[in-house]
Amino acid sequence: MKFLAYFRSLTTKFFHRSEVMDETEEELRAHIQLRADDLERSGLPRAEAERRARIEFGSYEKFREDSHAALGGQSIETFLQDLRFTLRVLRKSPGFVFAAVATLALAIGANSVVFGVMNALVLRPLNVPQSQSLYAIQRGHFNSITESYPDYLDLRDRNRTFDSMAAYDLAAAGLDTGKEITSAWVQEVSGNYFDVLRIQPFLGRFFHRSDERGPNSAPYIVLPWAYWHTHFQNDRGVVGRIVQLNKHPFTILGVAPQGFRGNLSFLSPDFWVPIVNQEQVEGASTLNQRGNRGIFMVLGHLKAGVTPAQATADLNSVGAGLEKSYPKDDAFMTFTLTRPGLAGDWFGGPLKNFLTGIMLLAGLILLAACANLGSLFAARAADRSREVALRLALGSSRKRILRQLFTEAVLISLAGGALGLAGSVVLLRALSTWQPFQTAPLLVPVTPDAKVYALAVVLALLSGLLFGAVPVRQVLRTDPYQIVKAGSGARLGRKITVRDLLLVVQIAICAVLVTSSFVALRGLKRSLDIHFGFDPRNAMLVSTDLSMAGYSGEKATSMQKRLIEALEAIPGVQAAGSVDRPPLHYGANIDTVFTDKTTDLRPANVAAETKLYNVSPEYFAAAGTALLAGRSLTWHDDHNAPFVAIVNQQFAKKLFGSVSSAVGGYFKRPDGTRTQVVGIVEDGKYGSLTEDPQPAMFIPVIQSPTSLTTLIVRSNRDPQQLTAGITRTVHDLDAGLPITIYTWNQELNDAARFASRIATMSLGVLGLMGAMLSITGIFGMAAYSVSKRLRELGIRIALGAQRSEVLQTALGRACKLLAIGSAAGLMLGILASRVLAYIVYQATPRDPLVLTGVVFTMLLIGLFATWIPARRALSIDPLKLLRED
Amino acid sequence: MTDQARLLPGTAQLLPGTLDLLVLKAVSLGPLHGYGVLLRIGQISGQALLIEQGALYPALFRLVRQGLLQASWGTSDNNRRAKFYELTATGRNRLREETEGWTRLADAMTAVLTAREEEV
Repeated sequence: MKFLAYFRSLTTKFFHRSEVMDETEEELRAHIQLRADDLERSGLPRAEAERRARIEFGSYEKFREDSHAALGGQSIETFLQDLRFTLRVLRKSPGFVFAAVATLALAIGANSVVFGVMNALVLRPLNVPQSQSLYAIQRGHFNSITESYPDYLDLRDRNRTFDSMAAYDLAAAGLDTGKEITSAWVQEVSGNYFDVLRIQPFLGRFFHRSDERGPNSAPYIVLPWAYWHTHFQNDRGVVGRIVQLNKHPFTILGVAPQGFRGNLSFLSPDFWVPIVNQEQVEGASTLNQRGNRGIFMVLGHLKAGVTPAQATADLNSVGAGLEKSYPKDDAFMTFTLTRPGLAGDWFGGPLKNFLTGIMLLAGLILLAACANLGSLFAARAADRSREVALRLALGSSRKRILRQLFTEAVLISLAGGALGLAGSVVLLRALSTWQPFQTAPLLVPVTPDAKVYALAVVLALLSGLLFGAVPVRQVLRTDPYQIVKAGSGARLGRKITVRDLLLVVQIAICAVLVTSSFVALRGLKRSLDIHFGFDPRNAMLVSTDLSMAGYSGEKATSMQKRLIEALEAIPGVQAAGSVDRPPLHYGANIDTVFTDKTTDLRPANVAAETKLYNVSPEYFAAAGTALLAGRSLTWHDDHNAPFVAIVNQQFAKKLFGSVSSAVGGYFKRPDGTRTQVVGIVEDGKYGSLTEDPQPAMFIPVIQSPTSLTTLIVRSNRDPQQLTAGITRTVHDLDAGLPITIYTWNQELNDAARFASRIATMSLGVLGLMGAMLSITGIFGMAAYSVSKRLRELGIRIALGAQRSEVLQTALGRACKLLAIGSAAGLMLGILASRVLAYIVYQATPRDPLVLTGVVFTMLLIGLFATWIPARRALSIDPLKLLRED
Repeated sequence: MTDQARLLPGTAQLLPGTLDLLVLKAVSLGPLHGYGVLLRIGQISGQALLIEQGALYPALFRLVRQGLLQASWGTSDNNRRAKFYELTATGRNRLREETEGWTRLADAMTAVLTAREEEV
């Protein structure tokens, strides 16, 4: 009741403010008139009566304000007053406002961009119904998410804790809609995929488990909304249309709803096909091979009431059974659960760590910005101490003055926050449509949502309060009499102030960022020059899958041979060869090998796990991989010849003890085939730039045909001309074969160097922002100290001080702070770089170039920041100065 | 100029918090405009209680906001437009409670202050 009355009076006041004011005035005036009437009746003249009545009434303005306050809503009134006053004050110092708002906009913008990415990739649950009970399974202590199809079927049918389980794999396929053949990224999914994820079609229908009736029994396509939108122009007539996928007829069944883009948050497939048709889509089927863990992921909803621990135990018991039944194929069948959105811990883990690290650094940037603005505000408050003193002397309360200062701080921080948020929204939207890889359908859907907006507002308010709080003590200590009497410049602090401390902290943060970005940059530079075991310079990659044009098995091999011969005939081409997937490409064939003496080929007896490459004999010349011993492969190493392989040094050491004893030696593949080592090649990088030496073996493609093909073309010619030549040559052989051409270095940038590139870029941006903040911070401090001590400096100059002495007096303190901050930051940066080493190749701060780089940068920052204040200090004209003040 | 300096013989300084009670009581005897409230307090206290005239209004507005008084514009005896205050039902209850409280306090204070040595 009381609250209601209060609220009513507040709203009346807010919406009819002037009306209320008028009413109050009218009432008070009526009082004075009534009193004057009485006095007049007692015999006073009217004018005198009114004068007396006014005197008796007391301080009119005070009571009017008090009355107003008593009516409620006074805070709003004061707030509006503060706001008006603040705007008036700020309008007078546009430079200060610009610097403060820009600083905050950058810092808050950086934070909301990083948070936006983190929010979209890590925090936001997958856009499927009941995503909280949806899990993917990981196998073994190495957290692999891949399974074999037979294992998947057994897991699906034998577990008692999942509602059901779906599986899928990713592949490239050629789609022919009648107009042209395009290469498309396909998610091959189990028939129950959409049912397991509980998705309903937007158009037409989905395929189901009942559609799976053996290999190639379900030639169906389901389109995501986006692909339907861009490639079929929202044509509702696509349902039922037959298209050619790798020259096989597939029927478009339906379209998925707009929000559903598969179950990975960073990858959008072009469409979905049933995995039972794998042979048609990939050219070969692995669905019967229990040892071939080619299924990318198995996922499903837990039954209601089942905990992840129960599900893990259940899966482990199924796994133990499988290990017993299939000792040759199944090992390490223990399971853990993970979220499907980030493809398990092997990808999600580093990503989360990286984003958390960057988020921390962005937080540091904001802190540095707050420190910067805090000292700016403190300086401003000091400059305004006369104004503050005057207001105090005139009866304003300290509370009111602080409130006004905070209004100023929050207003600036909100403006900065709004600007930063606007910038980050633009950036995030751009990021959302950015496709970082030419070679994979990677898409980062980081469109900002309410959480991002909320974060920006909260950060803005917090930082406003934070830097607004810096001058509080100063204001509270203000002694109006002293300042009015002596003037504001009187006190010159010699002791360490909060402002100094803030500056040191800020410079240290900047130095950390500069150090890390230098370390990352050096690492990236080094990763361009490292020994790959092949030569990515002057080499083009032509990537395709021959099954897209209907070649598989022996036909694929002979097509590869024809392609190589045709490419070698292009003028200027020194060599051409083929490999299924080039080294350092994401996704690699991994195989296990046994020593020749092993007879029991179970996983426990494996001699080595090795990378496996299916290559044409010309591969080594084309890739620039040096043959160290033995012979290379030839086209005569075919089905009529014994199985042969070329291995690298690491393989040789691991299986045979030394390179020399390996040539001519035998080893066994998991299916028992004896394979002879005919040659040894140099070691290289296969999985990642940071890996230890790995065993690798290269087997002739003619002995194990594959349609997956990357042709390596080595030539000194200009890549653009060469691309045209290659396209023409390939299309002369088969116009319907979709190919993608890029330089090998480009491909490495996409795959192997992607993480370190992103890391370097993010750190570089943050480092740059840190440097900018330091410059403005030091500049502010130096400029302020010069302006405070103008008179002292003038006297010194008049007394004959040298330029260097003047500079030292004016800027010595700023330089000292810079030195302390930089040293602290450098130390911290060196410590922080250990973390970087996980992402960036050979990231080490113990690198003279990095150290000199950091020192040089910090010096440059100092020079840059103190340039203008120094000029000002040197150009002081003592006569003019002493005359004026 | 402190309030103390203005105290005339035969008048009393208001205790803090008692103004509201006085206003409620004054208004309880019939609707009044602000000046009328002052006059009535002066009249019933025999001019013994001094109230700074302007200080009345913040108190009146506070009581309105608390829902103890309600205000409406009307015309004074000598035809001036003025705002008239009257007690609400809540205000009437509050007046009763406060009056009881005040009486208890006053009795107790009187008892204490008039205590003689032999009574202890």
